[in-house]
Amino acid sequence: MNLLFDFTVDKSTNTIHITREFAADLDLVWDAFTKAEILDQWSAPKPWKARTKEMDFREGGRWLYAMVSPENVSHWSLVEFIRIEVKSSFSSRNSFCDENGNSINNVYSLTRNSFKAKGETTMVYVEKKFDNLAALEMMVAKGFKEGMALALGNLDEFFLTVVPTNEKK
Amino acid sequence: MRRDIFQAIADPTRRAILVLIAIQAMTPNAIAEHFDITRQSISKHLRILSECELLAKKQEGREIFYQLKIDKMKEIDAWLDQFRKMMEESFQQLDQILYTIKNTKK
Repeated sequence: MNLLFDFTVDKSTNTIHITREFAADLDLVWDAFTKAEILDQWSAPKPWKARTKEMDFREGGRWLYAMVSPENVSHWSLVEFIRIEVKSSFSSRNSFCDENGNSINNVYSLTRNSFKAKGETTMVYVEKKFDNLAALEMMVAKGFKEGMALALGNLDEFFLTVVPTNEKK
Repeated sequence: MRRDIFQAIADPTRRAILVLIAIQAMTPNAIAEHFDITRQSISKHLRILSECELLAKKQEGREIFYQLKIDKMKEIDAWLDQFRKMMEESFQQLDQILYTIKNTKK
C-alpha cells in the first residue's frame, strides 16, 4: 500500500506540518498515539528506545518519557497535554527535561495532532510550532544530538561496533 | 585537502565516533576503548573527522578532548531533513505495529 507522507516547513511562522496516512482504523491509530505501551514501541527511531516513566493522558496531564541510546544514556522529554478531543485531536506543549520533568532550557514547542478516518485508512496531521527561531535553533542543537544516531545512516553497523565493546567492560 | 561531510559519515566507525562525542567530549584514549581497533586507526578516523571540520578540540592539562562541532551541522535545513527522516522511520515502525495488532485481533 502506498501511504501518504508529507513534511513541510513554514519558516515565516516557525511551524512544521506533517501529514501521514496509516493503514488502520481511527480507533487503533488514536491508541497508538495516546497509549504509552504502544508509543514506547515506535516513537523513538532505531536504535533508540522510548521508555515511558509517567503517562496521564488527560487535559492538564503529562507524558514523561526517555529516549534511551544504545549506550543506555537517557534523554528525557515532557509532553504536557493542553486540549484533548477524543479520537479527533490533541494539543500539547513539549520540552526537553530532566528525569522529573523539569525543563532543561525553558524552550518549548507546541504540537497539535489531528486524526481523520478515511475509509480503510486514517490520516494524521501533526503541526509543530516553535516560539521563535532561537527556540527552533536550541531544539536543533539538542534534537540533533538525539537524532544523530539515526541521522548517520545504517545503525545496524553502529550496534555491531559499539555494543559488543560495552559488554566487555 | 578539504573533505566533505559525506566522506566523514561513509564509514561506520566514524559514525559511531560522532555519536559518542555528540554526547560528551572525550579523549582519544576514551574513544578508543569503545572499539576493537588500534589506537592508530582511531587517530586516522579522528584526523579525517577533523579535516571535515566536525571536531572541536579542547586542551585540558595534558589531555586533548574532542567534541562534536555542532555548528557545521547546525544549519536548520540540514536538521529539518534529519528530523523528517526520523519521523519517517518512526512512522514506519508504527506501520509494522499497526499491522501486527490488526492481525492478532482477527
